[in-house]
Amino acid sequence: MSRPKWVPAGTDLDKPNAARVYDYYLGGSHNFAVDRAMARKAIELWPELPDIMRANRAFLRRAVQYMAEQGVSRFLDIGSGIPTFGAVHEIAREVTPDARVVYVDRDPVAVAHSRLLLKDDPLSEVVEADMRDVEGLLAEPAVADLLAPGEPIAVLLVAVLHFITDEEDPEGIVRRLHSAVPPGSMLALSHAGLEGRPDQAGPHQDLYARTPTPLTMRNRERITALFNGFELVEPGVVYFSEWHPENPAAVEAHPERMVGMVGVGRRS
Amino acid sequence: MNAAPQQAPSATDRFAEAWAALLHGRVGDHGGTLTPGTKRRLVARTTALLHRARNEDPFDPALAEEVGALLVHAHYTDPGMLARVVELVQEPPLAEGRGPELAGAFAVGWAVTLREQTLHEQESIRLAADTARQGAERALNASEARFRALFESAAIGIGIGDLEGRILEVNPSLVELFGARTEDLEGRRVDDLVHPEDTPGVWEAYAELISGERNRFQVDKPYYRADGEVVWTNLTVSLIRDEDGKPQYQVAMLEDITDRYRLQERLRYQATHDALTGLPNRAAFFERLEALFEDPAPGARLGLCYIDLDGFKVINDSLGHEAGDQLLTAVAGRLAGALAPTGHLLARLGGDEFVVLLEHCRGEQQAVSVAKTVLDALSRPMAVGDNQLSVGASVGVLERTVATTTPMAAVRAADLTLYRAKEEGRGRWTVFDPGRNALSVSRYAVSVRMPTAMDRGEFFVDYQPLCALSDGSLVAVEALLRWRHPQFGVLGPDEFVATAEETGVIMPLGRWVLEQACGQAASWVRRFGAAAPQVNVNVAGRQTRAPGLVTDVARILSGTGLDPHRLQLEITESAVVGRDDESLKTLHDLVGMGVSLAIDDFGTGWSNLSYLRDLPVSGLKIAGSFIGDLNDPDRDEALGWRIVGGVVSLAHTLGLTVTAEEVETEAHAQRLRAMGCDWAQGWHYGRPVRPGEISRRIAESGLTR
Ligand SMILES: C[S@@+](CC[C@H](N)C(=O)[O-])C[C@H]1O[C@@H](n2cnc3c(N)ncnc32)[C@H](O)[C@@H]1O
Repeated sequence: MSRPKWVPAGTDLDKPNAARVYDYYLGGSHNFAVDRAMARKAIELWPELPDIMRANRAFLRRAVQYMAEQGVSRFLDIGSGIPTFGAVHEIAREVTPDARVVYVDRDPVAVAHSRLLLKDDPLSEVVEADMRDVEGLLAEPAVADLLAPGEPIAVLLVAVLHFITDEEDPEGIVRRLHSAVPPGSMLALSHAGLEGRPDQAGPHQDLYARTPTPLTMRNRERITALFNGFELVEPGVVYFSEWHPENPAAVEAHPERMVGMVGVGRRS
Repeated sequence: MNAAPQQAPSATDRFAEAWAALLHGRVGDHGGTLTPGTKRRLVARTTALLHRARNEDPFDPALAEEVGALLVHAHYTDPGMLARVVELVQEPPLAEGRGPELAGAFAVGWAVTLREQTLHEQESIRLAADTARQGAERALNASEARFRALFESAAIGIGIGDLEGRILEVNPSLVELFGARTEDLEGRRVDDLVHPEDTPGVWEAYAELISGERNRFQVDKPYYRADGEVVWTNLTVSLIRDEDGKPQYQVAMLEDITDRYRLQERLRYQATHDALTGLPNRAAFFERLEALFEDPAPGARLGLCYIDLDGFKVINDSLGHEAGDQLLTAVAGRLAGALAPTGHLLARLGGDEFVVLLEHCRGEQQAVSVAKTVLDALSRPMAVGDNQLSVGASVGVLERTVATTTPMAAVRAADLTLYRAKEEGRGRWTVFDPGRNALSVSRYAVSVRMPTAMDRGEFFVDYQPLCALSDGSLVAVEALLRWRHPQFGVLGPDEFVATAEETGVIMPLGRWVLEQACGQAASWVRRFGAAAPQVNVNVAGRQTRAPGLVTDVARILSGTGLDPHRLQLEITESAVVGRDDESLKTLHDLVGMGVSLAIDDFGTGWSNLSYLRDLPVSGLKIAGSFIGDLNDPDRDEALGWRIVGGVVSLAHTLGLTVTAEEVETEAHAQRLRAMGCDWAQGWHYGRPVRPGEISRRIAESGLTR
């Protein structure tokens, strides 16, 4: 990224945007015609996408709840998107009323929207940063403040690492985040998996290849390796619904059809 | 059984269960996006509301509307959900006719809330987009303002141009640097700004930049100011690309370095020019001379005319220093004027010595004609004060291929040739003669020192590769004696071997070389086995004629353990032609021991070819001058090749291996290969080098084999 810090990323509303397309999948209206066109096209090719996104959102919810129950009260949500409903701070505060959350996204519209939503919340911050420049992200005052030595942190990388290409080194980014948080901190991660629907992976990635946020689906091994340095909590890296289901019926017959692989790890 | 009291609760329960199941179901529950607590509260509240709506009298549709709103707020917005709810709320038991109304009320609540929520979300995302855009614009404006300030107040000149090479915008410093007005510069073409002293290659670099092949370059560049003065700048030009990497603009930054440049020029001028005559001085001459040897083109030649005034000392002594200086200045002017059209470098070496350097000499004739020009120029008297003085000069001319000499050797040779010219009578030019030169060297310094030089370890041996023309493989090396002379630097054999022969020093020296070469060759054999090269050692005529060569060789071979077949002695034509039986016997004895012989410098004598048949030689080396002459435009190249071809086929009929010397280009190698010539030696195959370098080559070829 050669753009100097003081020149902001453009707000290109002519192109579909991952955050707003995702909002459409979830049934929200925080989106524009281009976003909807892209999302409809994707759903036409792959009708289960809305279910997949809800499953992802449900994992986010369970993971935040779990981590809050483990005693974590500071959350760093990277790639937070448009927190339509069930935002991290809301979920966390059901367990820990004074939970602090820093939301980070690189999309200026998503950031502006989050700021509108959270302007009256003293315990939440919104930061515009790109995790590919992980040093820059960590140097953001709100992030640095959150990470100031102290209690463990929960880092959320939910449905965002698949927007990092191999050349941009997702492993390296996670490694850097690992080194920035104190022992006992947790990482919750979800990532589009390659194995669940091999038939869909190709066309779906092709569709995103034409957007400013191309998509790289990865296999279980790669996704598991992202947890290097973290101790995976049970049951390890699994499909969405297999991770801490609230009741046995919540696990569908073919969890792999939702393709997303998830896990939560603890820094030892 | 009293069924009736249980039936009502059971119906209510059934409805509540079905309702809860719907909210927990796959369509409704969003895959579990609500926390269990939130969901429990939602189910409880809506169940209660629906219970009242279904059962209470009078029917209150607002209750069902509220349920619709609650579901939307909890993001139960899937249209499939609506259909299911409409069905479920009408399930009996239900007050008569209430079903459609109930369903309708729910649908109204759901739709109205959804519409509001949609509008609200659309509004909020638009607002977010606007905010983001404004933020971006503000930041852009701020950054532009910052850039503006930088641009306007920078101390260095900055110019921005498009990719067609047109200047779009310049800052005040640049305007000042050019002494122009903004409107004089903006709109002008960058490539109008050429200057005759532009560094070579700068416009190529510029073209590469404009076409996107290069991102930046930096150079010292002169420009003409509006007033015609020259301003020297340190110029940096950068290519600006857009986010996709497409070139957009060029930005030039110019720093005025005129003062620094002038000073540097002045210093350089002083360091390189003679204060009296203004001619380049000794240092400048040597710099140019040495540059010729840095990376010479194959076959490159150079010429030197060493000039010394005749009788200058007399004039100086009789008319005084001042007159002497005036005369030198006048001479310098004459010579410079006469030589200007030729473009050769004229330098003053000191005193009354001058030199002309012909950097790309085409042959001896050219050097001689320069010498004549010099003598001509000085033939008319010169005005010095009130006197008309006639001053003659002598010129020593040296003309050689760059490859066969060194800067020091060339200067030495030209200097000695000049002395010969003086000795032979003044006012003349004399051309370098290698034989005479060797004599001169001996006269000046060589012979005296040579006997002790061996003891002092001033001699050493270099080795030059001989390679098979067929595949370029290393087959032999020639041992070349060198003398690290304390005054003259490293001397080659042609500079002292003749003297050594004359004085007899050649005998112990020759033995020493044989010892060194055989010892070295034996160590290669031990290290590399069959891959080790044959070693060729030169033997002077005096050695072959003297008794004891055979026993010396035998002793050295056994002492070093070298297989005789790996030793070849190189003898000159003159050493053997027309010689007595004694030396022929020596040669036969050597061959009998297993040592082979080759004729060196074949062709230089143009002697009787028939002797070859009678000599026990197995190879001949075509003199380098033949191959060298193939570069000389004044000689007929086709004829040269015919001669070489003739020698090769003659040698082959006699069963001799032919080596071509001074092979400097692949073109020549190809031609020689086509003629069937066996081996080649020369810069194309490697210069004489230290033995370690040869070891490295053997080791490397072993790897690739
Ligand atoms: C699919 S959304 C996920 C939102 C939320 N984490 C969730 O799982 O519900 C992905 C978000 O990641 C953001 N994103 C993509 N690449 C990013 C990057 N390099 N740095 C920061 N955010 C990024 C996008 O702008 C988008 O808002």
